[in-house]
Amino acid sequence: MRPRLATWLAIVLALLLGAERVASAAPALRVGSKRFVESYILAEIVTQLAKAEGATAEHALGLGGTAVVFRAIEDGAIDVYPEYTGTLAEAVVKNGAADLPALRAALAGRGLALSEPLGFENTYALAVTKALATKLGLSKVSDLAGHPELRVALSHEFVGRRDGWPGLAERYGLHPTTLSAIDHALAYEAIHGGDADVVDVYTTDAKIARFDLVVLGDDRHFFPPYDAVLVYRADLPKRVPAFERVLQRIQRSIDAAAMQRMNARAELDNVPFARVASDSLGASVSTAGSAQRPGLLGGTLEVIAQHGPRHVMLVAVSLALSTLLGVPLGILAYSRRRLGAVVLGVAGVVQTIPSLALFCFFIPLLGIGPVPALAALFLYGLLPIVRNTHAGLASIPADLREAAVAIGLSPAERLRHVELPLASRTILAGIKTSAVVGVGSATIAAFIGAGGFGEPISTGLSLNDVPTILEGSIPAAGLALVVEGLFLLLERALIPRGLQSPV
Amino acid sequence: MNALALERVTKTFAGRTVIHETSLAVKDGERLALIGPSGSGKSTLLRMILGLVVPDGGAVRVGDVVVTPATARDVRRRVGYVIQDGGLFPHLTARDNVTLVARLGGDLTPERLAARVAELAAIVRLDDARLDRHPRQLSGGERQRVGLMRALVLDPQLLLLDEPLGALDPIVRAALQEDLKRVFEALGKSVLVVTHDMAEAAYLAGTIAVMRDGAVLQHGTMKELVETPAHPFVAEFLGAQRSLTEALR
Repeated sequence: MRPRLATWLAIVLALLLGAERVASAAPALRVGSKRFVESYILAEIVTQLAKAEGATAEHALGLGGTAVVFRAIEDGAIDVYPEYTGTLAEAVVKNGAADLPALRAALAGRGLALSEPLGFENTYALAVTKALATKLGLSKVSDLAGHPELRVALSHEFVGRRDGWPGLAERYGLHPTTLSAIDHALAYEAIHGGDADVVDVYTTDAKIARFDLVVLGDDRHFFPPYDAVLVYRADLPKRVPAFERVLQRIQRSIDAAAMQRMNARAELDNVPFARVASDSLGASVSTAGSAQRPGLLGGTLEVIAQHGPRHVMLVAVSLALSTLLGVPLGILAYSRRRLGAVVLGVAGVVQTIPSLALFCFFIPLLGIGPVPALAALFLYGLLPIVRNTHAGLASIPADLREAAVAIGLSPAERLRHVELPLASRTILAGIKTSAVVGVGSATIAAFIGAGGFGEPISTGLSLNDVPTILEGSIPAAGLALVVEGLFLLLERALIPRGLQSPV
Repeated sequence: MNALALERVTKTFAGRTVIHETSLAVKDGERLALIGPSGSGKSTLLRMILGLVVPDGGAVRVGDVVVTPATARDVRRRVGYVIQDGGLFPHLTARDNVTLVARLGGDLTPERLAARVAELAAIVRLDDARLDRHPRQLSGGERQRVGLMRALVLDPQLLLLDEPLGALDPIVRAALQEDLKRVFEALGKSVLVVTHDMAEAAYLAGTIAVMRDGAVLQHGTMKELVETPAHPFVAEFLGAQRSLTEALR
């Protein structure tokens, strides 16, 4: 690499990191949410209340499921997030006690505390279409026992939880012949489109009415109470006094009807979460027409302005790290054949880990946010670079390699002046692959709160809102094209002229 | 004093003996052609001199230095090596190919090096402008001239040439043979040139060593080889090289 270009790259990276640091000066209150609309809205309400009470607050949007977000608050990566007592009892405390005192006692041991109920319950339920209910006379979950032919489609989380499907099926003796797991946001589409007969719903879901579904009664009282509460770090009221006032204002203030209305506005009328939240707070902001979304183009530009710098930072920094380690590893793999097989093998195995799993793997070690995302993207980016560096060096014709030895160059001189330049095209192709893959993988980083173009994508997925998904996908695809273009220029600059195709 | 001495060297690769005990010397200022059929061990001997192949037995001396893995790099910088088709690095211009070794750890100043390149270009009769081309933009003959310049840049005491003209067409080859001979004579270097062409060997070198099956059969002048062949194969090999006059008869 020519020193001047390396210097420029270093400067650009430094600027990116600097801009990031300024942009993400740590707020006093970090609010987390799970990846569904109600959680977004509640978290947004907490965030706005905190700001209204004079604290700096930030909403880490949609951190994935219970495991991820709970891990995040245990590690102190977030301070507070909305949760349900039933979920805490089963998924987190795991002793089944769902009353508040028992939960508080269990959480206190982990440095966490629990608010009073927010005022509504959002429990799991099974739902069928009204047409089916009428035809088969279904009104209670126990009615399903006689109809194993009904196709059941359940959200991933519900399938796996003891207070979800396994327990429910046991209690009611349900043995459906067709059982599939799908994303919760898609369940309504599935039942509406006739691809499923029974789905699990949350009782405050806005779409229950929209899709004309009937909620089946829990006649054997299987589901524990799912009162909405806030889980927060026990030291939070001391650390951020404003939080005490946030609690005062939000506790017992939202009833089920209000929650369903807010869900419906966000989910069905496409009102932004922040707007839904501020409206519910009766803030001075007017609710008139201004809730209108910008068009796809406007929305996309907004997304680029808001999430572009973070996305570029994620890709650029992880790519720089992958390159800094990947090229030397590739050289090592080339010069020590045994070790090389091991290095290439390990890098290959890393590549087969699903990206979301790799992202989540780093949460216990590095918390949530951009740092674990960078670690995961860095590992992902290694293989193409290591492999191409190795391949580029190994493909140098034997006579040229020997010529470099025979004219008296030292191993280091051969590498620097002959072998790396000869392999430069292949190495750069590997870095380019890594960069383009990185642009795509970085969209998944939003699931662990790292931001970037994945944020609108994950929001759109939980809303099943195609325009919002596009607002994140289009800039990501665009960035991939920009990266391709940049590498064309980089090839001109870095690949020795004698190796470039004649013009 | 010998510029080069191979002393009872042997080499076995995977159970096959490619060099039987062989001794061969090039005196200061001597120009020796190593000739023989393919697979006779010529290239292996050449690679031994450069330390690219380590002999199983015996020793190789370049000047007064015994070639060992420890001394090999030093020896390589004191030996000029010309490879078939130039062996030039495609990513460097001809000029950078010539100066690479000198720039890395040589004691020539940039000005002296530039002057040296100009001097070498004149010696090998290469237009200075061609030096800023990349190897693939040069003809085969030009590449070989550049290869010769690269071998000469550190002013080595000994020149090794491995089939230097093997890849060239006959007309270019004839021209380059003349130029090589002129350069050898002008610079007075000790030379070991590997070839399989007897006429070329006789033209370029004062003495000839004939190899077969990993052994040197005879080392002498062309006259000695013709008049008193030490081995039937020497006579046979000489006889196999038909002259133009014979072909016209």
